[in-house]
Amino acid sequence: MSYDKTFSVEGGNFQAAGNVSSEIKGILKELGLPRDTVRRAAIVCYESEINIVSYAKKGQIVLHADDQSVEIEAKDEGSGIPDIELAMKEGYSTATAQVREMGFGAGMGLSNMKRYADDFFISSEVGVGTYVKMVVFNLDLKLHPDHPQWVDTYT
Amino acid sequence: MDLAAIVKALNLKVGCGGNALNREVKGGYVGDLLSDVIANSQEGHVWITRQIHQNIVAVASLKDLAAIILVQGSEPAPDTLEKATREGIPILIATDPGFEVAGKIYKLIST
Ligand SMILES: Nc1ncnc2c1ncn2[C@@H]1O[C@H](COP(=O)(O)OP(=O)(O)O)[C@@H](O)[C@H]1O
Ligand SMILES: [Mg+2]
Repeated sequence: MSYDKTFSVEGGNFQAAGNVSSEIKGILKELGLPRDTVRRAAIVCYESEINIVSYAKKGQIVLHADDQSVEIEAKDEGSGIPDIELAMKEGYSTATAQVREMGFGAGMGLSNMKRYADDFFISSEVGVGTYVKMVVFNLDLKLHPDHPQWVDTYT
Repeated sequence: MDLAAIVKALNLKVGCGGNALNREVKGGYVGDLLSDVIANSQEGHVWITRQIHQNIVAVASLKDLAAIILVQGSEPAPDTLEKATREGIPILIATDPGFEVAGKIYKLIST
C-alpha cells in the first residue's frame, strides 16, 4: 500500500484551521493504519497546519503513507524562524495576544511534533519560509507481547 | 454512562448535537490550550473548557471527543454552533464553573 496527496493551507484563515488535519486523519483511518499511528499523525499534522495558518502566507501539507510509516511534510512561504532552538522550547511563542486568547500560542506546537513523531526534521529561512518533516512508524504495539508497558505509554 | 445521563444529572443546556447524546463517555479532559487538548485528550472524552470560538470544534472532531462542555454559562459563538452542528459534535453548556463540572462528571462515571 502506498498513498500520496498534497493539501494546500491558507495563511491567516483560522476558520479553516484544522480541516486538512481532519481530512488526513480520515484518510489514514480509511487506509486501516494502526490506531496509534493515526492518533500521533493527527496530532503532529494539526500542529503543523496551525503553524502555517498562524505564521505563513500560505503553505502545503504533503502526506505519504505506506505499510511502514506515515510521512507528513509541512512547507510554507512565511516569516521563517530566526532561532529554531529557541522556537522548539516548550512555552516559547511569538503568537499575538489575540491568538493566545483563542487558546493557540501555548508554545507547545513544535515540541508536540517532536514528541509524537518518531522522526522530526525542521529547517527555516527568515523571510522565506519553513519546512518541517515528520515520520510516524506504523508500530502495531500489540505485536510486542514482550513489552506490554509500551501499550501503556502509547495508548 | 452516556452523554444524556450527564446532561440530565448536571442539568446542562444542549447548544447543539441533541441527537448524538447516546454516545458513551469514557472520561474527560479539562483545558483551554488547544495544543494541550490535542495532545492529551482521548477519544470518547468530554472536553471541559471556557473557549467558545469555532476552533474548538476542529479539535473535538479531530480527537473524536464525545462532546464539548462550556462552563459558567458561556454561550458558544454562532459560527461555533453552526460548525459543531455540521460535524455532529454536541456542545453542552453548564452554569457551574469548571471545577464543579469536572468533579461531578468524574464522580458520575467512576461510580
Ligand atoms: N511555520 C512557521 N513559520 C514561522 N514561525 C514559526 C513557524 N512555526 C513556528 N514558528 C515560531 O516558533 C514559535 C513556537 O512554535 P510552536 O511551538 O508551534 O508554538 P506556538 O505556535 O504555540 O507559538 C512560534 O511562536 C513562532 O514564533
Ligand atoms: Mg504552533
